[in-house]
Amino acid sequence: MIIKILGSGCKKCLALAENAETALQMAKRDAQIEKVTDFVAIAGYGVMSTPGLVIDEKVVSSGRVLSTAEIETLLNSL
Amino acid sequence: MRDIFIWLNDQILRMQWLSDLVTLFVRNGFGLDPASQIGGSVHFFIYDVIKIFILLCVLIFSISYVQSYFPPERTRRILGQRQGLGAVSLAALLGTITPFCSCSSIPLFIGFTSAGLPLAVTFSFLISSPLVDLASVILLASIFNWSIALVYVLIGLVLAILGGALIGYLKLESQVETFVYQSPVRDHDNGSSLSRRERIAFAAAQVVDIVSRVWVYILIGVGIGAAIHNWVPEAFITALLGQDKWWSVLLATLAGIPMYADIFGTLPIAEALVQKDVGLGTALTFMMAVTALSVPSLIMLKRIVKLPLLLIFVGIVTVGIILIGYIFNATAHLFV
Repeated sequence: MIIKILGSGCKKCLALAENAETALQMAKRDAQIEKVTDFVAIAGYGVMSTPGLVIDEKVVSSGRVLSTAEIETLLNSL
Repeated sequence: MRDIFIWLNDQILRMQWLSDLVTLFVRNGFGLDPASQIGGSVHFFIYDVIKIFILLCVLIFSISYVQSYFPPERTRRILGQRQGLGAVSLAALLGTITPFCSCSSIPLFIGFTSAGLPLAVTFSFLISSPLVDLASVILLASIFNWSIALVYVLIGLVLAILGGALIGYLKLESQVETFVYQSPVRDHDNGSSLSRRERIAFAAAQVVDIVSRVWVYILIGVGIGAAIHNWVPEAFITALLGQDKWWSVLLATLAGIPMYADIFGTLPIAEALVQKDVGLGTALTFMMAVTALSVPSLIMLKRIVKLPLLLIFVGIVTVGIILIGYIFNATAHLFV
């Protein structure tokens, strides 16, 4: 599984990346976390407000820092 | 009633209490005379920094709360339902409740264009978004007064609408990079389903995010303001930017364009300039030039539009800002 954090390196993107990492540990999943900072690449996902969360090339959220619990729910529903 | 309003305005918006408190602190804490050169700049610095940070936190919180009802997807839908000048005007208005910096408006530009919104609408939004926001209105009212704040917003909106309409009229669709049109359009909307607690959390996160991004610019801006306020001789400033100098507006625009700062960092500079008897139009022109156009945002824009459109955009905004400066200088006596 590949998780991508879309965002130009702002505080919120770092927070989202941290939450995603914690959520992965809690859900006992293994995934690679990548940060996408180039805004053209971000726009390529159709995301207009950062931070965005992409799981296996599918955008699951944008414009908000999801909590660890929210990401865990997303992971478990996969 | 009028007295109550003036009192509220002085104490809450202009924070007279804070100025008095800082005066006491400068006199007793530092042992400096607030009327002296050093004491005066220390007072300007401390008072402006605290005032701007207090206003900034309160304002970003309230605006972000409102903003949580208008995620970009919804803004795009609202704009897509309208046509012509109505859509262009609405885009300028919606630009006032969206991001505070031109860098975050570029992903919006791509998202709007790929969904088929006309260039007139997207450029109106792109001009208005960094230039005018609700926070700047309150800050302008705090530093200058309400009529200046309202006029600033009105002319900012007019510039966005006319600039957008003009770009739309020139039919420059081919001047946007093709990948922009091919970007996927996602209509995932999580704005309508948020609870109040989530909106509050979103607004609080916005405050932290924006303050952590702009505090340096504010300190630099207030620092320059304090230096202008007490150290740069008035004769020097008026020789360059004085009201009787026909080139003052041009100079302020050219100096402001390459600079990158947000409106919160530029306000204290404008404030100090006006106190040094620089024309109001010249000071506002400088603010508009710094916020609306900057080298970093133009570099980003260059990646999504071709050079002719970029130059037309810069040209229209520059000419607009210069005109506004001259008109404001000629009519400033009506607002002060």
